Parts: sequence; C-alpha cells; structure tokens
Amino acid sequence: MKRLFKTYLEKPELAGLILLVLLVVLFQVRSHGVFLNADNLRGILGILPEAGLVAIGVTILMISGEFDLSVGSVFALMPMTMAVLMVHGAPFPLALLAGLVVCAAIGFINGYVTIRFAIPSFITTLGMLFMARSLTVVVSGGFPPLLPIDLPNWLFTSFVGPGNMFRMSFLWFAAVAVLTSLMLSRTNFGNWIKATGGFLPAAASMGIPTARVKIVCFMLCSVLSGFAGMLQVLRLGSPLPSIGEGLELQAVAAAVIGGASLTGGIGTVMGGIIGTTLIRVIDNGLVLSHVDANWFKFAIGFLTIFAVVANAWMRKRAKAIKMEG
Amino acid sequence: MNDAIISVRDLHKWYSGVHALKGVSLDFKRGEALGLVGDNGAGKSTLINILSGVHRADKGEIKVEGREVSIATPRDAMDLGIETIYQYNSMVPTMSIARNLFIGREPTRFSVLGVGILDQKKMAEESIRAIANVDLHLRSPDALVGELSGGQRQGVAIARAMHFKSKVMILDEPTNHLSVKETNKVIGFVRGLKEQGVTGVFISHNMHHVFDCCDRIVAMARGEVVLDKRVADTSIDEVHSVL
Repeated sequence: MKRLFKTYLEKPELAGLILLVLLVVLFQVRSHGVFLNADNLRGILGILPEAGLVAIGVTILMISGEFDLSVGSVFALMPMTMAVLMVHGAPFPLALLAGLVVCAAIGFINGYVTIRFAIPSFITTLGMLFMARSLTVVVSGGFPPLLPIDLPNWLFTSFVGPGNMFRMSFLWFAAVAVLTSLMLSRTNFGNWIKATGGFLPAAASMGIPTARVKIVCFMLCSVLSGFAGMLQVLRLGSPLPSIGEGLELQAVAAAVIGGASLTGGIGTVMGGIIGTTLIRVIDNGLVLSHVDANWFKFAIGFLTIFAVVANAWMRKRAKAIKMEG
Repeated sequence: MNDAIISVRDLHKWYSGVHALKGVSLDFKRGEALGLVGDNGAGKSTLINILSGVHRADKGEIKVEGREVSIATPRDAMDLGIETIYQYNSMVPTMSIARNLFIGREPTRFSVLGVGILDQKKMAEESIRAIANVDLHLRSPDALVGELSGGQRQGVAIARAMHFKSKVMILDEPTNHLSVKETNKVIGFVRGLKEQGVTGVFISHNMHHVFDCCDRIVAMARGEVVLDKRVADTSIDEVHSVL
C-alpha cells in the first residue's frame, strides 16, 4: 500500500491513465467495436493535437504555480493575425513568425503584470481572455478573411503514416510533448519550474530567478496555444474569430485530471496529455454509445471535481502513511 | 582582525521610516560558532537578511575575507560562501532529496545560456555522499523531502551547505517547531560545523540551545549590539538582563 502511494506521488498521472483505459474498454463495448476502428481513431487523433498542445502549455504553467485563462483567446488571435497578414501579402513563414511573436508578447504581458503587481494570474489572464478575444474580432474586421490557397498544409494537416492514421499535426504534437517532457524531467530549467511552483520562498532563497522562470512558462503556454490555434484553422480552412471559446477551462480540466496540482509543483506533461485524451475520448465515446451528446460537459465537470477530490484524498493519505513510517 | 571571515561596519537599515539597524559593527571569526540572540524586532533578522542577500543595507560596509563586497541577491551570498538556512524550510517538499540538494546549482552535462541537461548520475552519487557526511541516515536520495521529519530536513539543508563548501552557515531559528530529540540533532549539526572549519551563525529565541553549541554570544536589542562575549565569560542571566 505504501509503495502504491509513493508511486502515485511520483506519477500523478497514473489515476488518469487507469481511468482512460477503463473508458476506452467501456466505449469499445458499448459502441459494438466501432470506437477503436481505424476511421474513428483517425478522427480522434486528428483533433487531439490542438487541445493537447494547449493542455501541455497550461500544465507546465500550473506546475510553475500560475494559471492561464487566456489560452482560448490566444488560440483564435494567433491564426487571425496570420490570416490578416497573409491577406495583405505576407508570405506564410513571415506570418507564422509574426503570429508566434504576438503570442509570446501576450504571454510576457500576462507574466510581467502578474509578478510586477503581485496579483493572481487568474485575474491577469481573465482580463487577457477578453482583450485577446476582442483583438481577434477587431483585426478580422468582423468578417473572417479568406486564406490563400497555397498554404503548406502538407507540413501541418495532411494525413500521414500507416493507413493515413495521423495528421502531420500529430507529429508536431508528439515532438512538443517529448521535448517539453524532457525539459521538465531532465534539465535544470525543469528543476527550477518545479521548485518555483513547489515552494516559492525556498526556490527564491536558493537563487532561482523565479520571476523569469514564471514569465518563460507564461510565454511557452501562449505560444503553444497560438500554434494549436493555427493547426485548427489550417484543418478547418477558415480563421473563425470564435474558435477556442471554452478551451481554457477544458485545458485546466485536462491538466487537473492528469494529476497537476492547482497550487503548483506537482504534475507532468504526460498527465496533461492523458487528461486531454480522456476529454476527447468521452466526447467521442458518448456519441458512439448513443448517449445524448449534451451529457459531455456534465461528464467533464464531474470528472474534474472527482479528479481533484481523489488527488487531495490520496495526497492526505500518503502523508499520513509517511508519518507512521 | 585578520581572522574575521565576515566583518560588517556601521550597518544601517531603514524600513519605511523604522530604523531597524542602527550602525551595527561585528566580526564573524573563522571557524567559530556564534550565537545571535535578541527579541523579535531586535534587528537579528535584518542583519541576517542583509548578509544572505535578501535585503540591502542602506549604509555601511561588508567585508568577506578582507575584501569589500556587495551582496545584492541570495545568489551573490551563496557565491561568497554564505549559506542561509531559514526557519521556514529552504526545501521544496514535492521534490526529491537529490533534486533539493542541487536547486539552482544543478550539475549539467552541457548547457546553453545556463540551461542544460541534468547530470542525474552525479546528482545521485554526490547527494548520497553529502548526506552521509553530516551523519544523516536516509534510505535513498530519491525520497521526497516532504517525507522527512523537520530535523531531517534541516539536516539535508546543512548537508547541502556543506556540499557547496560554504564558509559561513547562517541558521535562522533552525530549532523552531522541532521536538526535543530533533533539536538535539540540529545542535549536534552546529557543533559538527566547527570540525569542518565552517563558521556557524546560530539564531534562536532559546538561550539554552544557543549556550549548548556556541563559542560566542552576541545579543541585539533595538537595532544595536548590546552584548558580545565568549560563552565562558557570560551567563544566560546576564544575556537576559541586557535584552
């Protein structure tokens, strides 16, 4: 039992993973084998990278002890910025670069304002949620611009792999997941992120530049969200100003279901990905098992509360056991 | 004069109008265990915060090993060999002992602009040695600091300071909230500093703890040093009477 709790503390995403496996089995049975067939999997894997990239950013930021509600708006602003620039003749690479710079700037502002004025990032990024969404509509002129036809879809959305199972976006997602995972677990910067979120006074007294660490996490979170938004726009073929609404809460739900702690210090990139996958699997599985799709949000909400309660309980139990031992 | 590892001269600090440090001059001698006592608001913490880089003095000079220095950040203090162990733990409970030992000073296999891949093998090996050196018996450097008792955590903090060859170790109320047994352990650590040639500055409310392990007592009150004697030449009663 003690070992189990220790494993849990080291791998907070474990509970989410078990739940994911159970749900996949359940949906597979309830949908009479449709859930895991190639066509359906291709559908799920095609959408997963977009929400998944956002969840990775949000998870890392949460580990550093902060919070970002503006990701959904940045998700829309980045591709809109690109579309407007391209309409005015900018080539794709330049527009991409400009879009990413806008995201990085928003992340920087989120971080700088939060730290400089010592206010909760919940408030800073709630403000940014409205501001970035508003900017998206303003720059679009209220009418989504037409995308050029010669976009490098082969690099971002084309189907690849055995049986055309994946989109290129999935490879981007996998690469980012591996790199950010390694960053958290294998680099000194990852150590600083965990220390900053785990116990800020200790991190600061050991000379870690905690403000800079947090600002970098804010920027990473915004950039990943914007990049994910661009993937969605390329997949849909049109830069709608309303995309990504509600995504910020889904991303937080994903991180929390994956075992990240709202107070910082605990969590893994893999957990965020498992959380996102769970949400996508529930979305898809409910439909395939002929359940009214309006139950989707109920299920996500329930799962989020359940995950946090379970995590809190497990942590308390783990502590109690340590006292005895 | 020459055996002073840190000497401060005429140190002043104002906190929004409050004169917290009124011209403190003090020599910390090499290899000595110095007990710093005084009431809340006497200026002990202000003095310590200035030496550990948390705050800056408004006036005065600090010399480390005879050289005038400027300590602007905790990192500056650490680079000068001044390590501070605070009353709240300077450990991150959600991280392992090995990770905690190297926070902010992680060995890397290669790095670009200060960010690089951790040398985890070196971290594991060195943390085992560092912990053994302070006579702390822990199962594994992979245990989370959150699993340790308060005394063990202070032990790890001391092991960390030792490992980085600190010359001066400042312990700010290290025995607060500890049981008697654990307190004795920490007092043992402070005594052990001497053998390793490390200067210890031990801050406590508890006179008995200070008299138990220090060579010299410095008492502060109202932002000034009011007593500075060797332990053999003073008594708990005398220290109480000046506070």
